[in-house]
Amino acid sequence: MSAPLLTIADVAVELPTPRGNLRAVDHVDLSLDAGRTLGIVGESGCGKTMLSRAVLQLLPKKAKLTGRVMFDGVDLVRLDKERLRRLRGRDLAVVFQDPMTSLNPVLTIGTQLMETIQEHLELDAPAAKARSIELLAAVGIPAPEQRLAQYPHQCSGGMRQRIAIAIALSCEPKLLIADEPTTALDVTIQAQILDLLAREQRRRHMAMIIITHDLGVVAGRADEVAVMYAGRVVERAPTQALFKRMHMPYTEALLAAIPKLDAAPHTPLPAISGRPPDPTRPLKGCSFAPRCRYAADRCHEAKPELKSAETSGHLYACFHPIQMAEGIGA
Amino acid sequence: MMQLAVPAKPLLNVDNLVVEYGLGNKIVHAVSGVSLQVARGETLALVGESGCGKSTLGRAVLQLRRAKSGRVMFDGEDLTAMEGEALRKMRRRVQLIFQDPIASLNPRRRIGDIVAEPLIIAGVRDAAERRRRVREVLSAVGLDPDLVAGRLPHEFSGGQCQRICIARSLVLNPEFIVCDEPVSALDVSIRAQILNLLEEMKARFGLTLLFIAHDLAVVKAVSDRVAVMYLGRLCEVGPSEQLFARPVHPYTNLLLQAIPVPDPDVRPVEGVAIGEPPSPIAPPSGCRFRTRCARADQRCSAEIPELREVVPGQFAACHHPLA
Ligand SMILES: Nc1ncnc2c1ncn2[C@@H]1O[C@H](COP(=O)(O)OP(=O)(O)OP(=O)(O)O)[C@@H](O)[C@H]1O
Ligand SMILES: Nc1ncnc2c1ncn2[C@@H]1O[C@H](COP(=O)(O)OP(=O)(O)OP(=O)(O)O)[C@@H](O)[C@H]1O
Ligand code: SF4
Ligand code: SF4
Ligand SMILES: [Mg+2]
Ligand SMILES: [Mg+2]
Repeated sequence: MSAPLLTIADVAVELPTPRGNLRAVDHVDLSLDAGRTLGIVGESGCGKTMLSRAVLQLLPKKAKLTGRVMFDGVDLVRLDKERLRRLRGRDLAVVFQDPMTSLNPVLTIGTQLMETIQEHLELDAPAAKARSIELLAAVGIPAPEQRLAQYPHQCSGGMRQRIAIAIALSCEPKLLIADEPTTALDVTIQAQILDLLAREQRRRHMAMIIITHDLGVVAGRADEVAVMYAGRVVERAPTQALFKRMHMPYTEALLAAIPKLDAAPHTPLPAISGRPPDPTRPLKGCSFAPRCRYAADRCHEAKPELKSAETSGHLYACFHPIQMAEGIGA
Repeated sequence: MMQLAVPAKPLLNVDNLVVEYGLGNKIVHAVSGVSLQVARGETLALVGESGCGKSTLGRAVLQLRRAKSGRVMFDGEDLTAMEGEALRKMRRRVQLIFQDPIASLNPRRRIGDIVAEPLIIAGVRDAAERRRRVREVLSAVGLDPDLVAGRLPHEFSGGQCQRICIARSLVLNPEFIVCDEPVSALDVSIRAQILNLLEEMKARFGLTLLFIAHDLAVVKAVSDRVAVMYLGRLCEVGPSEQLFARPVHPYTNLLLQAIPVPDPDVRPVEGVAIGEPPSPIAPPSGCRFRTRCARADQRCSAEIPELREVVPGQFAACHHPLA
């Protein structure tokens, strides 16, 4: 078997804050093969964005990164700035939650697309323009030729995200990281954007990381899911296996908290009480222990390591894993 | 509680409400002739995508934005005709909870003062009485008054700030609350806490709620009836269980199909959602949904569909409903 396209090995990110060191990512291991989709799920602040920025080498200046990020045979952590810059935007592309983060408000859409294409693909202007139009059409933008002359603020949120995706796809990346690409969008537009990503991925045999707080988004779209809590990956499995049998109480609670469309009206939702721990004050034991309904003494004393379940590829970090056969009881 | 299709004696009766904004020399048709009723003790959910006019409708109901035409009757009185002192008195009975809990709290005031503020505005002079009420509502929303009253908003998480907002809205013992996307800005896990809290408060204080959300899944757990809005008009109104099980308006159906289901065996149907909502400055003629509707025909562009009872209790504004 060939090496995975991306291997994240023992990656940790620490940020100095006035309250002390904040461990945003706490020794994470993940890998992803070409053409596959990994979903990263977890609550706000659990470190999803910091992890993806560690992969992209786009961390805040004062951040301290340790570990290795092997992408296509090279360690990005040790790569020089110039080669990194060339890699990003070409083999390694990203789409953020707020498309305005990736778009430049003072440049027309055409300029931004053509600049990226010309820089990375060495095409002349007419060829780059033709390719831009093709890409905008591919991401479902009507009248793409006219759009080239417009500025981002003249487009709706959904359109902007399509344009950001077009730019990300323009150089045929091997890996696309989509950090909450639909969180700011309405459900119908979200469905369109997720469809678009899935379609383009199939066509290009591109690997993709979808970051979201919504288990629903990854259920039908990811091959594998990693659940993060307080900077750590606490459960990881092929999507089918995970939903069939979750082992981590946190994953179970996350799923149970989603309103069910077939529940009777006024059924109380199984909420997770409390909130995640302060990341500048790491807990001695399992970081979910204060909120976990299965927590026992040991959970407050020691940190559970990720270990393998019987199903291959299924890992969980819990002393008292759930042993239920199927589905979720309320 | 079911089959409140048209409540006989509604607490709130909105009749043909029209609200517009001027934008340069153009007009934004934000709410274009909406009628709805809410019975005492009921939760009506108002659902629709960004910009369809939900907040505008909510604010116009509370007279925070005056309507161009139409009427809002609350407990038999016409709010649209009310002014000055009468309107101020009425405002004690109706409250609003906002989407962004953190932004809606004054960052420099202590939680105890924030929650007491409506009491002061309403002229409750007795400080001991005010303190008693504040303690009571803070406890009701699950916060310890001794621990939180003296602290500032930035010391609290989004979910806790929303609890504080809810406490503030309850302190005057209102009868009716407009909840404008109270959980949209919150995490999935915290969302469930707040939805449960609203349900509990509703039962405990006998509240009537207009619950605004853009996400149909969110309202399932809390609503008795649902009103689906698109580009300033209502598409469908019906008892929630029935509407979720058998939507009759194509737009409701689309909204339901677009919800991502947390089950890998339910493959997302690709291509169900087409197009984007048109601008409310120049809404399409006839049915405003027609530019995105697979069933649209000539009649849909020529004739505005009226809201009518398609199946018992379930109303839709569509020439070719799904039933
Ligand atoms: N520039 C920064 N300086 C210091 N701390 C930061 C910075 N950016 C993020 N953090 C902290 O790092 C932790 C991880 O943040 P991160 O943005 O990765 O979370 P996330 O999972 O992406 O959350 P969300 O769902 O809200 O986007 C959080 O505790 C956050 O407060
Ligand atoms: N003060 C204003 N001036 C001009 N136009 C406005 C104003 N407030 C709202 N609008 C417009 O009116 C329409 C309805 O807005 P409204 O805020 O009621 O929508 P909404 O359904 O609450 O949307 P969201 O889900 O984004 O909160 C939108 O097109 C909006 O841009
Ligand atoms: S280790 Fe203990 S506290 Fe942590 S998730 Fe498992 S049971 Fe709960
Ligand atoms: S009236 Fe016509 S366009 Fe409008 S929803 Fe019904 S079928 Fe579709
Ligand atoms: Mg993030
Ligand atoms: Mg609104």
